[in-house]
Amino acid sequence: MTTPPEAEPSATPPASAEKRQDQSRLHSFGIVLRESFLEGNTFTVTVLALLTATVIGGLLCAFTNSTVLNAPNAGSMIARAWDVASGTYVALFEGSVFNPHTVAALFQQASLPTAIHDGYLSAVFGPLSETAVQATPLILTGLAVALPFQAGLFNIGGQGQFIGGAIMAAWLGYYLSLPFFVHVVVCVIGGFAGGAVIGWLTGEIKARTGAHEVIVTIMLNYVMLYLLAYLLASQSLLQAPGSSNSITPAIASNAHLPLLAGTSLRINAGFLLAIACAFAIWWLLNRTTTGFEFRSVGANASAARVAGIKVERSWVLAMLIAGGLAGLAGSAVIQGTDFTLNPQSFGTYGIDAITVALLGLGRPWGVVWAGLLFGALHAGSPGMQTVTSTPVQIVQVLQALIVLFVAAPPLIRAMFRLRAVRAGGVGAATSKGWNT
Amino acid sequence: MELELRGITKRFGPLVANDGISLSVAPGQVHALLGENGAGKSTLMNVLYGLMQPDEGEILIDGTPVSFHSPKDAIAAGIGMVHQHFMLVPVFTVAENVTLGIEQAGRAGLLDRRGTRREVAGLSHRLGLDVDPDALVEDLPVGIQQRVEIIKALVRQANVLILDEPTAVLTPAETDELFRIVRQLRDGGTSVIFISHKLKEVQSIADTITVLRRGAVVGQREPSATEADLASLMVGRNVQLRVSKSPAKPGAPVLTVTDLTVRGDDGRTWVDGLSFDVRAGEILGIAGVQGNGQTELCEALMGLRPTADGKVTLNDKDLTRAAPRERLRAGVAYVPEDRTEDGLVGSFSVAENLILDMYDRKQFSSGINLKLPEIAKNATERIAEFDVRTGSAATPAGTLSGGNQQKVILAREIGREHKVLIASQPTRGLDVGSIEFVHRRIVEQRDHGVAVVIVSSELDEIYALADRIAVMYEGKITGFRDPDVPTAELGRLMAGGTDAVPSAAAQPQAGPATPEVRAAPDAGTPGTPDEGKGA
Repeated sequence: MTTPPEAEPSATPPASAEKRQDQSRLHSFGIVLRESFLEGNTFTVTVLALLTATVIGGLLCAFTNSTVLNAPNAGSMIARAWDVASGTYVALFEGSVFNPHTVAALFQQASLPTAIHDGYLSAVFGPLSETAVQATPLILTGLAVALPFQAGLFNIGGQGQFIGGAIMAAWLGYYLSLPFFVHVVVCVIGGFAGGAVIGWLTGEIKARTGAHEVIVTIMLNYVMLYLLAYLLASQSLLQAPGSSNSITPAIASNAHLPLLAGTSLRINAGFLLAIACAFAIWWLLNRTTTGFEFRSVGANASAARVAGIKVERSWVLAMLIAGGLAGLAGSAVIQGTDFTLNPQSFGTYGIDAITVALLGLGRPWGVVWAGLLFGALHAGSPGMQTVTSTPVQIVQVLQALIVLFVAAPPLIRAMFRLRAVRAGGVGAATSKGWNT
Repeated sequence: MELELRGITKRFGPLVANDGISLSVAPGQVHALLGENGAGKSTLMNVLYGLMQPDEGEILIDGTPVSFHSPKDAIAAGIGMVHQHFMLVPVFTVAENVTLGIEQAGRAGLLDRRGTRREVAGLSHRLGLDVDPDALVEDLPVGIQQRVEIIKALVRQANVLILDEPTAVLTPAETDELFRIVRQLRDGGTSVIFISHKLKEVQSIADTITVLRRGAVVGQREPSATEADLASLMVGRNVQLRVSKSPAKPGAPVLTVTDLTVRGDDGRTWVDGLSFDVRAGEILGIAGVQGNGQTELCEALMGLRPTADGKVTLNDKDLTRAAPRERLRAGVAYVPEDRTEDGLVGSFSVAENLILDMYDRKQFSSGINLKLPEIAKNATERIAEFDVRTGSAATPAGTLSGGNQQKVILAREIGREHKVLIASQPTRGLDVGSIEFVHRRIVEQRDHGVAVVIVSSELDEIYALADRIAVMYEGKITGFRDPDVPTAELGRLMAGGTDAVPSAAAQPQAGPATPEVRAAPDAGTPGTPDEGKGA
């Protein structure tokens, strides 16, 4: 699993300072943020945001490239810039969706049986498989942010919940010895439970004491981070026997998530699990009484309370399910691709999850698309570096740009001179304000 | 100073808030602007006060065109405004508030406090305002705070004073005082623009009445015009100002409240040992100036606020500690005071709002699955039944007008089985047409044998609906009265006057008590709003 090295969670400000921050301000910040994503957005704006980010990202690639900067004259500079930018995106595409060179190689094989035997056919789908593998934990953690969003909560705790799930999945994976399918299911359930406990704890603390979930989840991220480090450094606990590295033993092969397309592709049942979860969350939110409660609490907690909805219970339940989803992401990584747990296993999923959820407008299917897009960016970035020597970090810049533009619909609207989306237009909203 | 508006037009996108409005205000005249919410009154005044620029039209002062780019220009031209929500700094004294923004520096650059205080005291004395320049604004009652706003405008040499819905926050007695002050200002040559949607007040105070509807002037009337005439002009059709209702036929007590005590989040006692009961088929109107514990009472009755002491029962079922859901299930229908905050989820569709507290009942769900077809069917029926003007059932409720939002809430609450209806400020901010609709529905509920509690700070509403009136003051009920009690007597109770006949107080059948009450010598306050009607 490739995880860009410098996006360590320690980039977040010191925990103790965070604690003193004004709760109500944080709260209203959360609401504004949520509203700007959930309500002030449209499909068009999102597409335009992606487009704008792509253009600016291309310019960045081009004008940080030494061959472009050292161009002898303006004309060749533009030509080289175009080459670098387009080369970068082509490489991204080839690494994440479809690589024509592999296909060409396939057709040069004399016969189809040879091609299959040599693994070319599966290689054709290699990029897509890689995108799906990268997208799996992003979708699951993205859902873990999107669901509480709908219930009015801002879940920053994807990382801690992911770790909770990964610990359970890894431990059950190597400690137990069960038949194939049973072992997979036990580990997946364990992963869900491991994350759910952490999520539930957050919800329970908020419901009982009113502590803001943003602070609680950030704190729990640290708790889980150091708990993991401790567990992995203790021989009597999770550390592989006889190892001096912080790593668990490999999980039993019976606990591996089944591969979906043969041994040469990494795509596994985890991806199906993620899609199934997205469906389940969509169904939960839109078709069930529980989802109705979540959405009421999220959209107007006091009206929900007056309508007899137990707001605190909704918080707890939403956080519990969200924690479980992030835990499943941990399980998918451990059981699907990594097979051991180390202190880097959680990668940057906790933070990426927020961006995925934002890009997905807080809706389950939106999260799937956003997860696939970011998965593709991750899958394509190594190839991009080798082909055009664009640093992999540019992918993160690209992600940041996408989120920036998605997060600021008025900016995109102003750039493309779009009308506001609210019913009745700006005028109605304003005049209503003046007359009440 | 003569003020004239000529063809003022203000548009917000496709919406025309003001459509070629012309009117002139003569010196020493009280000019009332009458119109429903959204008729364009506030927009017009914001244009006049320099808060907005008109798209077309001009403002003339003594025949000379002027243009105001900010309130500063308007103030300089002699226009003062008292907003509906006061613009005062609570921790400053009256004098400091008055001088804020026009501070006069004396010797050595120090504030000339003494001068300001003298000026405030002088004005206060001359107009009989009874305002202490050294009092902290936060300690003053609302009526006095309003006078501070008036002083603020007068100190800035206002020749035209705009009062935006000035009586919304006042007790009847305070309203009378305000009217006295307004008349005095008028006699002194100040023009007053009086914005209101209350017919009686406008009739009693105005010299000229201009009626606005949908952003345009639809007519001008003398104050002698009949109420019905003004109302139909304002709404555009004939309206019934007071719903006709037959005498109540009260049955057995349904909701019984005994010694209820409720504390606020700050530990303050908001409801103090309150007792009353409501019978099937009667409307109990709880009158009182806002902020005397009515909100807390309703919240406690709904289980939204813990009960510190006392007991609430519904048909002998103890609900004192019940959660909101249990109370709703027990048959309480609730129309909350703040409909956008507590009554509706603005971003939800009308259909979803119509099942907001019923989504988990058998009718609309099986297990945890919502029955979407049932929800849609319910929406179609309720929208038709309650004449909710909405684009479709999928329209977000937050985009509806206030009246239609209230219809959605009513449709939901009285559309299901219930024994008690608690409605708090049910027509606040609604136009005359919607008020008529809501009142009619409430009386209908009573006639169906529902026990109804109406909490309202509008006396007109209390008179229109109540079969029995309880007056709340500082968390206590100062008296129960029959609905034919004079305004002055209610005003006395609203200001904390104790019950003339305490022994009869708790009795619903206050038959013999009424004559004595009417005769109470201290009941009279000079000039009730009704007195000016004939003038």
